[in-house]
Amino acid sequence: MKNSIADRVNDFLTKYPPFNLLNNDSLLKISTQVSIIYMEKGDTLFKRGDNFHEHFYIVRNGAVNLFHAINDDIEEIINISDAGDIFGVRPLIAKERYKLTATANEESIVYAIPINIFRSVTENNAKVSKFLITAFATNSYDPYTAEATNKIFVDYLPTNTQDIANFQTAKYTKNPVTCDINSSLKKAALLMSKHKIGCIIVVNEQKHPVGIITNSDIKNKIATGKFPIETQVTNIMSSPVFTAKKNLTVADGQLQMIKHNIGHLCITKDGTENSRLLGVLTHHDVLVSLGNNPAVILKEIKRAKRTKKLRAARLKANNLIKSYLEQNIPLSHIVKLISQINDAVTIRAIEIALKKMDGKPPVPFAWIALGSQGRKEQLLFTDQDNAIIYQNVEPELDKETQDYFLKLGKYVTKSLNKIGFEYCEADMMANNPEWCKSLSDWKNQFNDWILNPDEKAILLSSIFFDFNFIYGDKSLTDALTDSIYNTLDEGLIFFKFLGRDALKNPSPLGFFKQFLVEKNGEQKDLFNIKSRALMPFIDAARLLILRYKVKGINNTAERFEKLAEIEPSNKELYESCSYAFKALSKFKTKQGIAHNNSGKYIELQTLTKEEQLKLRRCFKPLNDIQEALKIKFDLKNFV
Amino acid sequence: MTLNWFKRKTPDYPDFFMAYLNCFKNKPITEIQETRFVAFDTETTGFRIKDDRVLSIGAVSIIGKTINVNDSLELYLQQDVFRPETVEIHGLLKNDSIDKIQEFEAIKLFLDYIKDSVLIAHHANFDKNMINEMLIRHGLKPLKNKFIDTGVLYKKALHIIYQNNSKPYTLDFLCSELNVPTVDRHTATGDALITALVFLKILSRLDKRKHLNWGYLLNK
Repeated sequence: MKNSIADRVNDFLTKYPPFNLLNNDSLLKISTQVSIIYMEKGDTLFKRGDNFHEHFYIVRNGAVNLFHAINDDIEEIINISDAGDIFGVRPLIAKERYKLTATANEESIVYAIPINIFRSVTENNAKVSKFLITAFATNSYDPYTAEATNKIFVDYLPTNTQDIANFQTAKYTKNPVTCDINSSLKKAALLMSKHKIGCIIVVNEQKHPVGIITNSDIKNKIATGKFPIETQVTNIMSSPVFTAKKNLTVADGQLQMIKHNIGHLCITKDGTENSRLLGVLTHHDVLVSLGNNPAVILKEIKRAKRTKKLRAARLKANNLIKSYLEQNIPLSHIVKLISQINDAVTIRAIEIALKKMDGKPPVPFAWIALGSQGRKEQLLFTDQDNAIIYQNVEPELDKETQDYFLKLGKYVTKSLNKIGFEYCEADMMANNPEWCKSLSDWKNQFNDWILNPDEKAILLSSIFFDFNFIYGDKSLTDALTDSIYNTLDEGLIFFKFLGRDALKNPSPLGFFKQFLVEKNGEQKDLFNIKSRALMPFIDAARLLILRYKVKGINNTAERFEKLAEIEPSNKELYESCSYAFKALSKFKTKQGIAHNNSGKYIELQTLTKEEQLKLRRCFKPLNDIQEALKIKFDLKNFV
Repeated sequence: MTLNWFKRKTPDYPDFFMAYLNCFKNKPITEIQETRFVAFDTETTGFRIKDDRVLSIGAVSIIGKTINVNDSLELYLQQDVFRPETVEIHGLLKNDSIDKIQEFEAIKLFLDYIKDSVLIAHHANFDKNMINEMLIRHGLKPLKNKFIDTGVLYKKALHIIYQNNSKPYTLDFLCSELNVPTVDRHTATGDALITALVFLKILSRLDKRKHLNWGYLLNK
């Protein structure tokens, strides 16, 4: 019987190895037995340790990440398979459990090829088996790059910078600060304080390392009164020390640290503790070498020629956040860095897209970020919200001009999606004609929202009023801001609407000081930190900042700090709001990283008593600011 | 002996139809992830339910997020009704070289294929009515399956502020919105596969917003 779908599968497979090495009849036998699997972003096809499947896979659309899980928390991307790449071939070679985890990097369609059928038609086909063994051995086979260099069967080479970094020699700290075994702890501590360091190595007469004293040793053993401050260092130090040779690779260094659960490795002349100390490799040194530092990532972004490279850089940034959160680096600092990285990624994506366009932009334009990116509050990957403003043109040219920018918007949003920023559910993106308009159309749009507020306008305003210039001609966004602030003078009713909106989610604590959790749906009994705690703060800050006509501050915490300056009588309230907002964001981010999602919903049971208390403390300022809004905007009867 | 006043005399249906009806006995709805969905499409000689005829039926099955190519159905029907003006849409000629079967045979194969699966079609009412009309012509009863219309489902999945836009939710429009490649458009099997992909993509959107339950899907 005719099977049109099998024909189409056939048309696709025949373009890619190893299927292009088969004759038509054999291939058709396979095609009729293929399963088409739809994978949503984040869906996992198989996990490391899973029993082998009866299929191997080829990507039809989208991309699938292959991870190597070192343990439950640490995952390293081995390869990203794009359309035409095969993966999960281990069961073809050996009946073993999977060694890698395959997860959809974006929405993808994957064909599952039944192994028994494939085997039966490829028996005695030397070319096919040679291909498969190579593909299997490399784990990172990429037909395109291999084809370009004319070497179909290449040996394994590290393919990404992560690999290269891993095999680099670690850069350790040379000539570390040391003290003699006969020194007193006080002397050691003074040395540490003088050199502003967190650890000191204790050495013997031959300068061999015998022990290490860190800040926490002093905290745990001296400050608790276990030992007097004049005690000999040998009483306090951790001993023996872990040592390594000087040409140690970053990957080895990291492994040693994980294995022994330590933060420092002593580098000695012959690699044992019985030779002269040369230096110290700290956990921090390892992180820096791994490229997990913002300067390296930013440089990588600026040089990226393809979306794929941007994606890799942005994934690195995610690891960076993780390590920063662990190190308790202030959130405001992390947020600034990440928004800088997100902006750089967006700018680079626009530059790449502009190269793809036929011809230069017909008129100057500005690319603006909206919502959380506009407020510089994105930490994890979130939805993309963006828009384009272009300079006014003659009415007869508007259609043509808009088409150009819509196309640009489409390119950019598509590559941002590939990088990891989800499409906006509500389609608030620059490829939507409603949000890609000339300056005068934008002015009219905002005037309409302000002067004729309704439910829809308020819903949109929470996204659009936090716009931030990203790329292009900044004078366009400035002109729009000026126009908005002029109109706001006439639109007093607009403030009332915004105020009502800011009050629609009352304090998240119920009568008995219980958290108000979701009542139904799949999120039942989970606490929605975004809508119940973060949004009310964001809304309140926006309303007040618009009222005071402050331009150029989009970040909610910074807005509250500015408000504290403007209104010294309420300084305390605003400062506590700023603090609470930062604490809540951190909560959300940590939850997001722990569960690999947006962190929007919090499972209260998983929080410790202390965390619950901390969370609860953040709601007091929320209550206070909402009361203040009611009075300030006379909302008592309006709500 | 008990007299059952309310029991109507069941006409003598052919075995295959009894088998089809039996599929629906004592079958509670199971998990969505384990349910067999069948996306299907018909190519017809026109849009008049009574006068026009089904020329071909294409169908694919979905379980979980997987479509199995070997569990698909592609039927071409021998019909006396023929309207040259619709040929340019479906490309099926009266005396094609494709193997064609009689309508009754097609019904048999179709019912045996769908069983009690939940049926999915774009603008489902039309396809449903065409099939039902065909069943009635042969003295059978209309389909008992549950139906999902991808056009209706898509509109529901949209963000509330865009729902008012009175756009026509055609299959082509959905494909471009959801980034589904339109190969073999206007062949029954091609459209069935496209409808299946559209359905899976909408489903994943719903899942994200936690609307994924039977009540929502079946419009109860």
